[in-house]
Amino acid sequence: MHGFMLSVSGLSCVRGERRLFSDLSFELGAGEWLHVQGENGAGKTTLLRALVGLSAPAEGEIRWRGQPIRDLAEDYGRDMLYLGHYGAVKEELTPLENLRFSAELDGRTLDDAEAIAVLHRFGLKGREELPVRFLSAGQKRRVLLSRLATRQSPLWILDEPFTALDVKAVDMLSGMIGAHLAGGGMAILTSHQTMPLPGGRAIKL
Amino acid sequence: MNALLAIVRRDLLIALRRKSEVLTALFFFIIVVSLFPLGIGPDAKLLKKIAPGVIWVAALLSTMLSLNRLFATDHADGTLEQMTLSPTPLGLLVTGKIVAHWLTSGLPLVLLAPVLGIQFDLDLSALGVLAGALLLGTPLLSLIGAIGAALTLGVRGGGVLVSLLVLPLYVPALIFGAGAVEAHVSGLDPQGHLSLLAALLALAAFFAPWATTAALRVALE
Repeated sequence: MHGFMLSVSGLSCVRGERRLFSDLSFELGAGEWLHVQGENGAGKTTLLRALVGLSAPAEGEIRWRGQPIRDLAEDYGRDMLYLGHYGAVKEELTPLENLRFSAELDGRTLDDAEAIAVLHRFGLKGREELPVRFLSAGQKRRVLLSRLATRQSPLWILDEPFTALDVKAVDMLSGMIGAHLAGGGMAILTSHQTMPLPGGRAIKL
Repeated sequence: MNALLAIVRRDLLIALRRKSEVLTALFFFIIVVSLFPLGIGPDAKLLKKIAPGVIWVAALLSTMLSLNRLFATDHADGTLEQMTLSPTPLGLLVTGKIVAHWLTSGLPLVLLAPVLGIQFDLDLSALGVLAGALLLGTPLLSLIGAIGAALTLGVRGGGVLVSLLVLPLYVPALIFGAGAVEAHVSGLDPQGHLSLLAALLALAAFFAPWATTAALRVALE
């Protein structure tokens, strides 16, 4: 699994006039996870957006399996799953439709039984056919996170995944991340809480 | 290709659940077109003369109304980010969004225009040419409009800006679209106008998704 590696060297990001961080370097191998820490406005989300390729860093290079992510484009999209601040969940659609749609966007079709099983796992039983508009903030978050279960990507990049979740959901999610890491996956996440996950490294911005 | 169909299906489903937005633009078209015969009075000859221009201008304005929602909601809720990061090329997904936009805001105009044209004393064959010209012209409006919508994404007051940006680009569609019906009414062959409209459509179908994709990437940076 040595080939599955993210390496970042000399990364700097500038937002407006302000330099958020500079000369950031780290590497991530199979089964490792990284906890990005920092105060509000320290540049955690900016770092994640640079890592997924949404914004170009001012300096430095991000390589996935030895190749710059700029050159990989859609291939990188297949290996990486990013869940950001915003829901990316459509208020008009039901959790079931949202999940099926995001799977189709990833290039696979999800049958109803599989999708419903995943939603039940995320505690959305009885709400599969209810427009997301009527769900609570935590439930919307669960709809978004259910995507983790329908897609096999070695690298998970999660921005504040534990926001708005109750204790049970936090346990379930950290269990999922744990299983993902045990299976040779990688994860990068930001969180203000102490992480209920063993191992991993932390970087402070 | 599946992802393109998925986008079309999803956008149609959302439009169905949020009918008011689609219907507003359609009723705007119906009302604007119907105001002219009421304002001008029963002068059949004059009405027949202005009919193509009035219907086409109303179609342009009605399309403008629906352009804002093309990317704005996807941008606000993060769907656009996910589309950019998806393994499917963004250009394909953007094409899907444009197709869905045409199906909800262009195609209804094509179907409504012949009915509204009766108010202007257009005969059956002129109504046919009108519908044909709109069938070629409305996809062009969606394609060009998508570039404008992507360029003004996230800009304050984007709604007005998109009109200033896109309406001048609609001029060729207006000239050839209305020209086809005018030519037919005055006994000439509308073929030339329609061919030029089709050529413009082919050109836009090739370049507009590409330009829109580039503008969206800039907006997301």
